[in-house]
Parts: sequence; C-alpha cells; structure tokens
Amino acid sequence: MSAITNALGEGSIILQAKVGSWREAFELAGDALVASKRATANYTKAMVSAFDELGPYMVIAPGIALAHARPSADVLASGLSLVTLVNGVEFGSARFDPVRIVFGLAAVDHDGHIDLMASLSELLMDETKVNKLLQSDNEAEVRKLIG
Amino acid sequence: MKIIAVCGMGIGTSVLLKMNTEKVLQLLGVDAEVQAADMAKAKREGFEADIILTTPELVFQLENMPGIVVPIEHVFDLTEIRQKLVGVLG
Repeated sequence: MSAITNALGEGSIILQAKVGSWREAFELAGDALVASKRATANYTKAMVSAFDELGPYMVIAPGIALAHARPSADVLASGLSLVTLVNGVEFGSARFDPVRIVFGLAAVDHDGHIDLMASLSELLMDETKVNKLLQSDNEAEVRKLIG
Repeated sequence: MKIIAVCGMGIGTSVLLKMNTEKVLQLLGVDAEVQAADMAKAKREGFEADIILTTPELVFQLENMPGIVVPIEHVFDLTEIRQKLVGVLG
C-alpha cells in the first residue's frame, strides 16, 4: 500500500460532490478528515481561516487544491481526505481554476508526512490517473487507482 | 548553497517544492541544502538563504528577506523549476 492509501482512512473519500464555493469544498474535505478520525472540527475551521488569510496559493496544480492548516492539537493523526467535485469551482486562482479535486491534509508536525507528500506528488504528476480519478464515482475503484 | 522553500503553513506546498527542487538539483549536479518552512518561521528565523522559492501569491510577503526570491508557478513542473534555478544560478 502506498503512503496515500494509508493516509486515506475510512470515511475520508467523498466522490462527485456538488458544492457552490471553495468554502463548501473545504468544509467537505474537513468533514472527511473528522469522519476518518484524523482531525477535529476545529481543524476544518482552521483550514477555512488559512484560505481566507492566504488565499488561492493552496490551489497547487490545474484543478487541484490542497486544503490544510498548521499542525496543532486539532490534528489527531496525520492523514488525508479526498473530495472530487462534479462541477468545477472558482477558488480565485488565476492559474489553476476551476478546481475539481480537493485534498484535505492534516499533519501532526512539519516532517512526519514526507512519504505521504512524495506519493501525493507522484500521483498528481500522473495525468492519466488524475483524469480517471476525476471521472470515478466508485471508492473501491479510486482506492485501487491510487494504491 | 542554501535554498528555502516557503509556503503559508509549511506542510503542503513548501514540502512539495522542496522535494521537486531536490530532484532538479540532483539532475543539475548542484550541491545545495533545501529546507521547507512556513511563512512565520521564515520571517522569524530569517534564514541565511541564497535562494527563496515560493508561490507567486506569497512573494510580496517575502520582499524584505535576504536572498533571491524566486516564484514557482507550478510546484510539480520540474521544467519550470529547472529553468528558474538555472536562471538564478547562472
């Protein structure tokens, strides 16, 4: 299993969600981190505040956002959530809007999740996989694709 | 040579940027230390960095830091990172 598969706990994947704003997308990504016991609801608020404060730099590649906040007591364990969106949403990124995939990232510290980031980087650089991920509404299929 | 990769939280973009910069430096055969840091830490500790890599949205926050600030538009684009590093390294 790759580091991503381990990071995506039960309840951490939401596919083909309908949202109208970056805020709703962030909240779903946060809810999925809460459901998979990686973070508390306060972490979701921290992610939203971080985006409010620092803006769309969290959109890291065409159509892909990495929702996250600082390591804190609200992080229960390092982990990831994955939300795909039916419709592209404007996040205010001049380069990479509209967003169709949001990863929620929780980290207990600054360097304990390096393997996870390496796997995530590898996945996101694979255009074929990203396109398949975008089209899928089946969690088992997505897990197989990522794993 | 010292390079720091800076982002808002120090766990996402900066870590990706550090990893991909290390790949590029290896290909170029350049010996450099790359460190990831969040904005607050970068400002607080100052770092004696020769090059500061970050995303274009955060450049304005780093204007008073010592070192050359290089905005990277796409942290997964090794070609962009390579071209910009080569431009700075000469």
